[in-house]
Amino acid sequence: MATVLTLRRGERATIAAIDAIGDEIAARRLHEMGFDDGVDIEVLHRGPVGGDPIAVRVGNMTVALRKTLAARISVEPLREAAE
Amino acid sequence: MNAPATLAPLLPDAAALPRTFLAALVGNPNAGKTSLFNALTGSRQKVGNYPGVTVERKSGRLALPDGRMVELVDLPGTYSLSPRSPDEAVTRDMVMGVQAGERRPDAIVAVVDATNLRNHLRFVLELRRLGLPMVVALNMVDLAERDGTRIDVDRLATILGLPVVPTVAVRRRGLAELAAELAPRLDHAAVPEIAPEADIRLLQREARVIADTVTLQRGQATRWTQRFDAVALHPVAGPLVLAAILFVMFQSVFALAEVPMGWIESAIAALQVQLAAALPDTALRSLLSDGVLAGVGAVVVFLPQILILFLFIILLEQSGYMVRAAFIMDRLMAGVGLNGRAFIPLLSSFACAIPGIMATRTIDDPKDRLTTILIAPLMTCSARLPVYTVIIAAFIPATNVGGVGLQGLVMLGLYVFGVLGALVAAWALRRTVTKGPTPTFLIEMPKYQWPVVRDIGIGLWQRAGAFLKRAGGMILGITVVLWVLASYPKPPVGDATPALQYSAAGRIGTALEPLFAPIGFNREIAIALVPGLAAREVAVAALGTVYSLQGTDEEHAEPLVQRLRGSWSLPTALAFLAWYVFAPQCLATLAVVRRETGGWKWPAFMFAYLFVMAYVAAGATYWIARALGG
Repeated sequence: MATVLTLRRGERATIAAIDAIGDEIAARRLHEMGFDDGVDIEVLHRGPVGGDPIAVRVGNMTVALRKTLAARISVEPLREAAE
Repeated sequence: MNAPATLAPLLPDAAALPRTFLAALVGNPNAGKTSLFNALTGSRQKVGNYPGVTVERKSGRLALPDGRMVELVDLPGTYSLSPRSPDEAVTRDMVMGVQAGERRPDAIVAVVDATNLRNHLRFVLELRRLGLPMVVALNMVDLAERDGTRIDVDRLATILGLPVVPTVAVRRRGLAELAAELAPRLDHAAVPEIAPEADIRLLQREARVIADTVTLQRGQATRWTQRFDAVALHPVAGPLVLAAILFVMFQSVFALAEVPMGWIESAIAALQVQLAAALPDTALRSLLSDGVLAGVGAVVVFLPQILILFLFIILLEQSGYMVRAAFIMDRLMAGVGLNGRAFIPLLSSFACAIPGIMATRTIDDPKDRLTTILIAPLMTCSARLPVYTVIIAAFIPATNVGGVGLQGLVMLGLYVFGVLGALVAAWALRRTVTKGPTPTFLIEMPKYQWPVVRDIGIGLWQRAGAFLKRAGGMILGITVVLWVLASYPKPPVGDATPALQYSAAGRIGTALEPLFAPIGFNREIAIALVPGLAAREVAVAALGTVYSLQGTDEEHAEPLVQRLRGSWSLPTALAFLAWYVFAPQCLATLAVVRRETGGWKWPAFMFAYLFVMAYVAAGATYWIARALGG
């Protein structure tokens, strides 16, 4: 399954699912920051060392998160209708 | 109408007091809540603490159009009512009416960023379930309009079933309308509803549907922010920009503060001269002059540096850059088990560890927060500057090395030494006493904004006031105690023992001497270390006292720098500098750590580990310098 980590910089996609297994709090925090199934996401920047953390645009917000957290967000090709 | 109902338990004497209404400002971080609070209450603000916790409580008075006054309290920004940090817990407890010593607000003003409606409305829906009377401030509508976004405000109000007022806090737009909507709401009783925990995903979806329905035209969000970020978050340019900002910041702190610091010093000296002329040479004059004036002066003289440092920190926070710095630094911090958020409190600690430690409240993971607190005193605070300055002036030649002054290089080296020590300490702590799961890093990057002069002014005023109150009172007390210790008991008439050596401070120093002798410290240093523990900068004053009380009248006039040069060896001086890089922090810091960690365990641990680090570093420096023939 493709996740946010597999997206190239500048590539947009739609969130397919957020993996809550093992860390429900982390998943909840992601939801609080606007991450959800069906929401568009775009990778904007990668950190200076090892590409960690990454900055993504989700909805109208820019959010920074570590790669371990980003790996919980699986994506699918952009749904044009969603935006 | 006259007796609005409230769910808050009434205090026993509440009936005797005139009824003041309490309204709470609630919203996501970056919704412009503090700006709105400043615009609504202006200078009529009170900063204190919530009873029992150290979270800052900011409140102010707001006049309603009907003449009534409301106490408006600015609650810490949060994304939801499930808190992840002590700050956010206060927000939840306040709106639920369970915060100890506080009554439940009569109404809520929910602040919403008009450019980020989808996410901010989700929190409004969560707040609405509390059943409290509520008004929505649709803030930053000017930015939304500039982006080309148009929102149907009436429709939003109808769907939410709440009054919605468009506001621009920065330009004071919509403030009167907001107060007018708030007034009648205060008379509504809260609907006693114990809402079951909201399913966040359902609320999220509902918020998105509402946002999409009321958005008539969708704009292109914040082009400027993307352009700035292309540089600020660039893998190569980003760290360079951060380094340049930090360089300018520290340069300014030292360069710009020099002149006003000179003024303060001469003003204190002038007061001491006046005092000498006005009072006979008694113990009272000595107490006022050497105790009170010297003690207060020792604190106030740092005010220019602290104000400049705080100004930079406020500018970085308000512009939105601080989070970018956290992004750049996160990987490095992760290497030692911290997270990028720790960068902000650690940066503040260069001014003073006290505000730095208080700023750790935004770190959600408790182990992560504790580690940050424990290493904060390793950031060279401005109180250590006078120690460095005097020793460097006395022992480091003012020559140039490759066009750069050697004295400045040594000063920079001491800062770097402190930061490296902090990284090593964090690494070791995270593997031992603060062991725990790897903290995560998840943070919103707000759009860049021009800092608002009013908000900078209020922020500086409050932080400087807090610093003077917390540190000033403590240092004043300590200096007076020190003066007593250094002056009494007096040697009996005919006894040739120098007064200082005979005094309590002298005896403590003599007793400590064997402990410090192996790292090259003499008795004078041992005496100065005792007050230096209370507040670092006092160590310089104490050395001054030690050497001036000891000398003949002729030597008395000699500046401290000359005296030190004559009585210390270079290895001793270097060891003293190394000691102060890690020096067990001041009492005020330990007191703050006790409050923040809720006990004496961690301050005691902090004191012990810093003492060991300082002892080892000073000892190593002394013996290496001696071996090299210094």
